[in-house]
Amino acid sequence: MNYFPDEVIEHVFDFVTSHKDRNSISLVCKSWFKIERYSRQNVFIGNCYSISPERLLRRFPCFKSLTLKGKPHFADFNLVPHGWGGFVQPWIEALARSRVGLEELRLKRMVVTDEGLELLSRSFVNFKSLVLVSCEGFSTDGLASIASNCRHLRDLDLQENEIDDHRGQWLSCFPETYTSLVTLNFACLEGETNLVALERLVARSPNLRSLKLNRAVPLDALARLMACAPQIVDLGVGSYEDEQDSESCLKLQAAIRKYTSLRSLSGFLEAAPHCLSAFHPVCHNLTSLNLSYAAEIHGSHLIKLIEHCKKLQRLWILDSIGDKGLEVVASTCKELQELRVFPTDLHGGGNTAVTEDGLVAISAGCPKLHSILYFCQQMTNAALITVARNCPNFIRFRLCILEPHKPDHVTSQPLDEGFGAIVQACKNLKRLSVSGLLTDQVFLYIGMFATQLEMLSIAFAGDTDKGMLYVLNGCKKMRKLEIRDSPFGDAALLADVNKYETMRSLWMSSCEVTLGGCKRLARKAPWLNVEIINENDNNRMEENGYEGRQKVDKLYLYRTVVGTRVDAPPFVWIL
Amino acid sequence: MLSEEELQSNVSVASSPTSNCISKGGGLKVHNYFGLSDSSSVESSTLSGNVEDDKATISLKATELTLGLPGSQSPARETELDEKPFFPLLPTKDEIFSSSQKNIASGNKRGFSDTMYTEKNWMFPEAVATQSVVNKEVTQNIPKGQLGTLNNSSSPPAAKAQIVGWPPVRSYRKNTLATTCKNSDEVDGKPGSAALFVKVSMDGAPYLRKVDLRSYTNYGELSSALEKMFTTFTLGQCGSNGAAGKDMLSETKLKNLLNGKDYVLTYEDKDGDWMLVGDVPWEMFIDVCKKLKIMKGADAIGLAPRAMEKSKMRA
Repeated sequence: MNYFPDEVIEHVFDFVTSHKDRNSISLVCKSWFKIERYSRQNVFIGNCYSISPERLLRRFPCFKSLTLKGKPHFADFNLVPHGWGGFVQPWIEALARSRVGLEELRLKRMVVTDEGLELLSRSFVNFKSLVLVSCEGFSTDGLASIASNCRHLRDLDLQENEIDDHRGQWLSCFPETYTSLVTLNFACLEGETNLVALERLVARSPNLRSLKLNRAVPLDALARLMACAPQIVDLGVGSYEDEQDSESCLKLQAAIRKYTSLRSLSGFLEAAPHCLSAFHPVCHNLTSLNLSYAAEIHGSHLIKLIEHCKKLQRLWILDSIGDKGLEVVASTCKELQELRVFPTDLHGGGNTAVTEDGLVAISAGCPKLHSILYFCQQMTNAALITVARNCPNFIRFRLCILEPHKPDHVTSQPLDEGFGAIVQACKNLKRLSVSGLLTDQVFLYIGMFATQLEMLSIAFAGDTDKGMLYVLNGCKKMRKLEIRDSPFGDAALLADVNKYETMRSLWMSSCEVTLGGCKRLARKAPWLNVEIINENDNNRMEENGYEGRQKVDKLYLYRTVVGTRVDAPPFVWIL
Repeated sequence: MLSEEELQSNVSVASSPTSNCISKGGGLKVHNYFGLSDSSSVESSTLSGNVEDDKATISLKATELTLGLPGSQSPARETELDEKPFFPLLPTKDEIFSSSQKNIASGNKRGFSDTMYTEKNWMFPEAVATQSVVNKEVTQNIPKGQLGTLNNSSSPPAAKAQIVGWPPVRSYRKNTLATTCKNSDEVDGKPGSAALFVKVSMDGAPYLRKVDLRSYTNYGELSSALEKMFTTFTLGQCGSNGAAGKDMLSETKLKNLLNGKDYVLTYEDKDGDWMLVGDVPWEMFIDVCKKLKIMKGADAIGLAPRAMEKSKMRA
């Protein structure tokens, strides 16, 4: 390859898009390292504190797209206090100062501000795509800046963010001359929308492919929007609350008949039970269906809709569909690849909506299934063993039994054997979440068989440090390990300090790890940031002489090349 | 639930000299979740390994009638347990309420005592699985919410009926579904917001009052409201008895009066029986309560002898 001029090599590299592959390429030789770094277009940073913006710019001066992730995953479940970190501001400022021609910014679990959005909108002439997932800290004013200043914006995709809705006119900030919109998702906004501005925007956007509305967009507006944008591929219905034969309903039904391109349907944040029937004509083309927010729709209506969805590949649904509903899914959706079943009743009430039977039915009926997230009341080892036999292709397997420590409800045994069967059969398993009553045995299985495992979530499981050690020693490809309320302590934490250099991060909360143990770890591994998050009385940890043995509430450690971060709040103690 | 070793160790802890719990030989497994092995008034719960039974057992315990006003603790219990009064009828130390309320992750404005008794609650209140009874190893295996807080001395000692961050559902999703359900309730016109007025009588008072039970969320609020309502009558009583005639009736004195010295709050349930207020979960109470009555001490002896004793001890 040394006989080829650099441009040729670079051209070859253009076909290599995966981050991992490009990282590997850059390790081959100095020449390749250099060519690769100048030609990398998309940079992915899984932990915003592992590197600084300055070092990013030094290494990759020419990138166009940046993906950043901030808070640890368990922040989604309120385990990380407000103000912990994940601020995107320094990144935007550094990029704005440089000459990078940023076109796309994708953020997950980060804190974004209106000032940051404004700076972003003014600094990058060719900015095209903003995707914010589970972020917070900004308002519709920030969106107004983006709308006003980004002349070439294509995507504005806001997924499950906490946005302060000032009920302003951000939608009308898109100039009249602006016609390049491709994706618009504002489903997470709570407030009223300027419907006139919205309709005009949609009407002048011939390239619009994805439109996801919030709950404040009523049925008649939806009907009008759909009528002027029949090319939409991905639709998120906001609200559908109307009488069955109302004029708006009829208009909607007329518009739907033209929706030959529709492949993905979601939303129904406020929905009358009968509304789904209007969408039956387009079901046979749907590949993605997300009804996981449609709490008001009964299982029977869900089932009637799904019976028409023969090409479905992705289904997100509530457990109100029941085992019977899942059997219908199993017999209808032969192309199904990803299933998520969310709980309707978050407190595990007596209503056993889905059980192990539904899971078994799905595994038997859907041969292409590779990703599952399943919330249920009960499970058995026998069911999991059957599932493993039916579906050895799982890449992601996340099972959440709502009641912690719940054993096999038939045999009263721990669920070690069931999960053991899953990891043994699924040789490509990359992500696993376990739940229910589990002993150290399950971790022995995981360490032994889950050779490709990259992310593992553990809650209320295990007996001794051995459990965690099995995982750390066995799973060579582990990147993210998150543990809560499990009896793992210092011995497991400190057994192999160098392991953490191969991982992105480790989270341990309500475990048996002590402050002394964490300090020892921090001393042994200066290339790790060892953060202790202690909401109550941080100072008390140091006062009494027992500090070494004081249990740590929350521990978050991650590898980094830039040392201790400077933006940590008072309740975060970086050792 | 627990593997064999833990069961053994738990049982050995439970079989202390004074206990009357069932021994291992009987083939029944004993779990000491309430930590009441040394208190003979409550038998240890038997566990079949089925968590459903656990739930039933716990709620049975909760609704069991005990002697003494809620809020008063049996002498045996007091010394070893960090047990919080399950239904403090009258406002007890502020710190208990505030600290417990801080810990309700869901932001539910009902007091912790209420959340402990929702049917859906599978959690064993942390307060009752205390360190004094359970040894270190077993602590790890007892199902409870915050292992860390049990060991962390700086955490508030209130019972955590709901675990923070469980089930692992994004807060965005929780909030969105909550909004949807709230709206549907309004649309359905469920009688959730209808008032529930019951008569309140007080011994010696010339006329009755009415209170809307639904305007309160726990026993504490009810008792403060009643105190305020019946202040004048109590003043009158004191004056006529001449006992505290000269003294101005301060708030604390009034509290003492209602707190078990002379008065006891009772209610008539659906069956027509007169019951002591405070034994059952709040939600259950407002479902069955037909009338309220503030009874004078002498009349209330049959209902709350221990309360009388305690008040005499205090006097």
